Amino acid sequence: MSLGIAEVAKIAHLARLAIRKEDAPAYAHNLSAILELVEQMNAVDTTGVTPMAHPLDMAQRLRMDVVSEANQRELFQAIAPRVEAGLYLVPKVIE
Amino acid sequence: MHKKTIAQLSAGLAAGEFSSEALTRAFLERVERFNPQLNAFITLTAESALIQARAADERRRQGAAGPLTGVPIVHKDIFCTQGVRTSCGSRILDRFIAPYNATVVEKFNAAGAVMLGKTNMDEFAMGSSNETSFYGPVRNPWDLDAVPGGSSGGSAAAVAARLTPGATGTDTGGSIRQPAALCGITGIKPTYGRVSRWGMIAYASSLDQGGPMARTAEDCALLLAAMAGFDPRDSTCVDRPVPDYAALLDQPLTGLKVGLPKEYFGEGLDSAVAQVVEEAIAEYRRLGAEIVEISLPNSHLAIPAYYVVAPAECSSNLARIDGVRYGHRCENPKDLQDLYTRSRAEGFGAEVQRRILVGTFALSAGYYDAYYLKAQQIRRLISDDFRRAFDQVDVIMGPTSPTVAFNLGEKVDDPITMYLSDIYTIAVNLAGLPGLSLPVGFVGQRPVGLQLIGNYFAEDRLLNVAHRYQQVTDWHSRAPAAFA
Repeated sequence: MSLGIAEVAKIAHLARLAIRKEDAPAYAHNLSAILELVEQMNAVDTTGVTPMAHPLDMAQRLRMDVVSEANQRELFQAIAPRVEAGLYLVPKVIE
Repeated sequence: MHKKTIAQLSAGLAAGEFSSEALTRAFLERVERFNPQLNAFITLTAESALIQARAADERRRQGAAGPLTGVPIVHKDIFCTQGVRTSCGSRILDRFIAPYNATVVEKFNAAGAVMLGKTNMDEFAMGSSNETSFYGPVRNPWDLDAVPGGSSGGSAAAVAARLTPGATGTDTGGSIRQPAALCGITGIKPTYGRVSRWGMIAYASSLDQGGPMARTAEDCALLLAAMAGFDPRDSTCVDRPVPDYAALLDQPLTGLKVGLPKEYFGEGLDSAVAQVVEEAIAEYRRLGAEIVEISLPNSHLAIPAYYVVAPAECSSNLARIDGVRYGHRCENPKDLQDLYTRSRAEGFGAEVQRRILVGTFALSAGYYDAYYLKAQQIRRLISDDFRRAFDQVDVIMGPTSPTVAFNLGEKVDDPITMYLSDIYTIAVNLAGLPGLSLPVGFVGQRPVGLQLIGNYFAEDRLLNVAHRYQQVTDWHSRAPAAFA
């Protein structure tokens, strides 16, 4: 599958990446080449093959729904770009 | 002291020949002296290393030392280290000081190992040459014009140049084995689930696995024994006893059945590399192994399936890095959307953005069945190939990489050509099997690696098979002249 500039822009929006206009053609070219590579899969009929999501056939472990971690808000917020009064600051969302 | 292996250093420390402090100072001096040529480190932790070394010496005085107490190591900068920058080779985490330790780091701390620093790597472990790092490429100690391989290129170069006796790495599609091969050292990717992934920054969660890199299989055995084991904090970590790898190294290889997949010796394999690999296989025959040809008929589908599964998982894993709670934030965002998109575009490099975009596309509405589901079905076929092979043989052997180290800049503008560097390693991750690379010779002055693939949880067998070869050959003890 070959991707055009408009499709790259749409995917970039879904991925929350601000792709510069001048870089879009190079992305379209590279992504199309990668998709062409992965489409070699289509040469094989996989009808009825059970998809393998995970290397080991194991059941997900469960644990009791209890608090296991201590509150470390100050430690974690020490590495945040902007915080105030224990809150993470972002641009205003609602006018 | 830098010439000694971990096993020898461990014995020297136990015999009181030198202290951990003296040993640590010796390696730190080598790092100071040689790292500027190699760029193998992102962060050096000299001060805390000396504190750890003195604590190790004290622990030894109290009679509580283990085999790794006081031994210097380095961690790939993908493992979270409390209070120390953990960049993952990316601008977006350039100022990220991890608030906790990865389980692997905790385990080495508990063993009394000394961390010299954090090593350079391809950004978010996405690359095969270490050229996607925000901190610049690492150079190969055997030839400074060559790449060290990737993504654990800094760890591989540091071990090869004797700047550390051992290192940690991670392997999602070959990122321990390929740089180990290109730098002439030994590295093992354990079975998926053998080593905890907690605190190891995720690239592709169903493929990622941490493992050790060192000069010898014996050293890898000592490091893996410390790294492996159950961790309730990683829901995919397997609750299964860790064997005494070092005690199992000497088993004879008589009657060992080795399979050579015909698909690993065909078109695409450099003929000079093939010749070196064949000589290594002849050595195994002399050691008593029985060599048979096998087939892994779906091998050619491993790269196509990987470049759906890995990008899909990476697009999901990296979605959390958005400039809000940690990491790079763009200047003057005009709204929340702008904050997300510009912070991410400024913070991630080109290869990471390509993989995020491929993964986002593969998972987007209308394309899931054609890409992600199809790739998971191919993954099953590849895994079934290995299952059938291990009904016939104990170990699979072949080249680790189709060529020796290539030159810096040679493949950097062509992602597809770069991807093919992992053609023999990727299938192992898709199946979740253990794989090991050991040095078996050179083409010119650049090293060649032999890959061993084992059945699930057969790390002990792989280490044993590599060790016996290293008892009768000396490739693993060769040092690059400039760093000898």
